[in-house]
Amino acid sequence: MWKWLHPYAKTERAFALCSKLLPWCWGGAALGLAIGLVWGLAFAPADYQQGDSFRIIYLHVPSAILSMGAYSGMAIAAFIGLVWQIRSADMAVAAIAPVGAVVTFVALFTGAAWGKPMWGTWWVWDARLTSELILLFLYLGVMALYQSFEDKQQGAKAAGILALVGVVNLPIIHYSVEWWNTLHQGATITKFGKPSIAPEMLWPLLISIVGLGLLVAALSLYRLQSEMIRREMHRPWVQAMYRQQEGQ
Amino acid sequence: MNPRRKQRLVAFSAVILVVGGAIGLMLYALGQNIDLFYTPTELVEGKKGVKPQVGQRLRIGGMVVPGSVKRVDDSLAVSFDLVDTGPVVTVSYQGILPDLFREGQGIVATGVLTAANHIEAEEVLAKHDEEYMPPELAEAMKGIKHVKPSEAVYGDKG
Repeated sequence: MWKWLHPYAKTERAFALCSKLLPWCWGGAALGLAIGLVWGLAFAPADYQQGDSFRIIYLHVPSAILSMGAYSGMAIAAFIGLVWQIRSADMAVAAIAPVGAVVTFVALFTGAAWGKPMWGTWWVWDARLTSELILLFLYLGVMALYQSFEDKQQGAKAAGILALVGVVNLPIIHYSVEWWNTLHQGATITKFGKPSIAPEMLWPLLISIVGLGLLVAALSLYRLQSEMIRREMHRPWVQAMYRQQEGQ
Repeated sequence: MNPRRKQRLVAFSAVILVVGGAIGLMLYALGQNIDLFYTPTELVEGKKGVKPQVGQRLRIGGMVVPGSVKRVDDSLAVSFDLVDTGPVVTVSYQGILPDLFREGQGIVATGVLTAANHIEAEEVLAKHDEEYMPPELAEAMKGIKHVKPSEAVYGDKG
């Protein structure tokens, strides 16, 4: 069943797959973000309660969803890297972590900027905000652990274990607004049942989410390729690729 | 799968389960301390048998009772009632209220409990729900017509 995946354990094949996927991700991200953000920020109707301030949702919600999405991806890669000891999975962990950290920071920052005018405070230590901050620290921890070993394989192992253990934070972030009472409101779209947002506001939001998702994917794939080249610089396939580029 | 891989698969799955279980138990034990605020009912009737004491600093979250907002004309002092499903708690506050503060709006106030159902607040935050819709739809669906706080007229002027 998983046989088709086996060739990609070879860094060389995974690199080629990245090259094939990258243009689609870049293109989709540019298109999705352009349509979603322009539609959302300029043309969607203002909210009945919050007026135009609510438009920051088009940055905040996509980055918050992707902060968790990127973490899931990173944790899956870490699991594969630890159990099957596949080098490209280890490298994927290192490639995704900084991208996820930036997206998490954007989610926290836009959340603070939204909280100040609406709630009346930049920050409050409620369960949702705190668990999202912990997610940022998890990303930073994974990055730091990966870098702090001379031997990259050791570093990837340590970082992978942290990434795996941190997975428990994801359901906590998602359900924090249901399990405890928080200042942060409940889920609008990531819940069962009808989203509690008008369709003309929902569509640009969904398109922005897809666009940012593809941007995160593109940045991660790009970083993954760089990481592959950096770590396998002396392997024949990199040398061959280099010579081919020189020859052109 | 070869035995060493299987062993690692089991080991790492166990790590996730054990850590997840431990953190789950911890959060369960801490449960009520993670709550950001008391609701008016919890404040008056106690939360799991524990009543907050007069003089305690705490946060309260509830809905502003329509018609209960009393302002003083020559200062920023304001008082209003909060309710969830049962008892009413009165909050006094001196300062600027957030833009979203309206009658019927959910708010969270931090302050000192001065009597069983009175709080002297030093910070008032607005809590909004997860529904977003254009103004026309809100008016048609819920009969809500929101006005800017600066243009609001409150029932009872103190």
